[in-house]
Amino acid sequence: MDADPTAALPASVDLRAEFESSGVRELLEELDRDMIGLKPVKQRIRETAALLLVERARRSLGLSHQTPTLHMSFTGNPGTGKTTVALKMAGLLKRLGYVRKGHLVSVTRDDLVGQYIGHTAPKTKEVLKRAMGGVLFIDEAYYLYRPDNERDYGQEAIEILLQVMENNRDDLVVILAGYGDRMDQFFTSNPGFRSRIAHHIDFPDYSDDELLRIARHMLAEQNYTLSPSAETAFADYIARRRTQPHFANARSIRNAFDRARLRQANRLFESTSGALDADTLSRIEESDIRASRVFAAEPSHPTGPGSKP
Amino acid sequence: MRITQGCFSFLPDLTDEQITAQVDYCLSRNWAIGLEFTDDPHPRNTYWDMWGNPMFDLKDAKGVMIELADCRKANPDAYIRINAFDSVRGFETVTMSFIVNRPAIEPKIAMHRTEVDGRSIRYTHDVIR
Repeated sequence: MDADPTAALPASVDLRAEFESSGVRELLEELDRDMIGLKPVKQRIRETAALLLVERARRSLGLSHQTPTLHMSFTGNPGTGKTTVALKMAGLLKRLGYVRKGHLVSVTRDDLVGQYIGHTAPKTKEVLKRAMGGVLFIDEAYYLYRPDNERDYGQEAIEILLQVMENNRDDLVVILAGYGDRMDQFFTSNPGFRSRIAHHIDFPDYSDDELLRIARHMLAEQNYTLSPSAETAFADYIARRRTQPHFANARSIRNAFDRARLRQANRLFESTSGALDADTLSRIEESDIRASRVFAAEPSHPTGPGSKP
Repeated sequence: MRITQGCFSFLPDLTDEQITAQVDYCLSRNWAIGLEFTDDPHPRNTYWDMWGNPMFDLKDAKGVMIELADCRKANPDAYIRINAFDSVRGFETVTMSFIVNRPAIEPKIAMHRTEVDGRSIRYTHDVIR
């Protein structure tokens, strides 16, 4: 990637050809195909890819020498695809040559902040060493900063992070992720982060229709089908689930699907005798979905499938 | 006197780019990298000091280079070597080791011969600074 100043520079660059040959096109198509909804996010990634491609072309012509700031922040509610998109982003940066290895290291506060004095710095450095050459994804980054406790060790981790984000821009890209409003608060109280992050991408919630499509996609991936009545029940389920606490978009859908599979297995085991064909084994019926406690008149348990597995 | 231990020790000292390339090769073979340093280069001295823990889950050589820079800063006048450990069952040993830092003035190693049991000779080596 680093152009040798003594080598003869090419006179022109074909952006289209670069777009094809670097594999960026393939990756963007994959993104379009695999991720449902998320229009604004895809738009932003397309723009970022264009920017990086042009920057790379400029560099190959000797017009720019500095690595652009690539650190990003992903904001959005749980289950809106932040981690998945971060993985794709790592692939994109790898293909464009902005990171060397392109792996994603996903961490939270626990992985960075120590438990006693002198524990934080080695812990944070350990994680940073692992992330070198790739992308460091810090989930729920605002937990690093605890304004109510000024002796909190999170501050130490923040300082090391900021230093590495500035000095090792060639070696790793940091993506901070979390809920929108809390990230805003975090950036307000840590102006150092705001100024070091070039790309803010906001992840919108999925609509009911998109969630149903996501559900179908997940089912198809594992060779399950919904009977027509089950499909209506599931649409109904999504509408109800949304109003209940701890709703986590696509993650709630996946959890609901996992429980529906459990009920289906139970139903098949209890009710049938004799041979089963593939169709019966892979069809989820209305009763498997209607049995969910989401359909109970009063939600008895406020805790739902909100937490990550 | 130039100490020759491990790989590449008859070559000129490796540059940082060359070290990076070697470490990347080690990582591509899934070897764990450890850093060790000492001021006693005697060939029988197998007890070098460890610089931090061996690094088992790196993907990129940069992590090693950061540690190497720190180690050089703390021990500019020491021998530093990089060890690559292969954890595959049946090997479970250091498979590659090379010196990446030397003191400005290297000590000499002197050999002494002692005659024992008639005309038999015993050899010992001393590090002379």
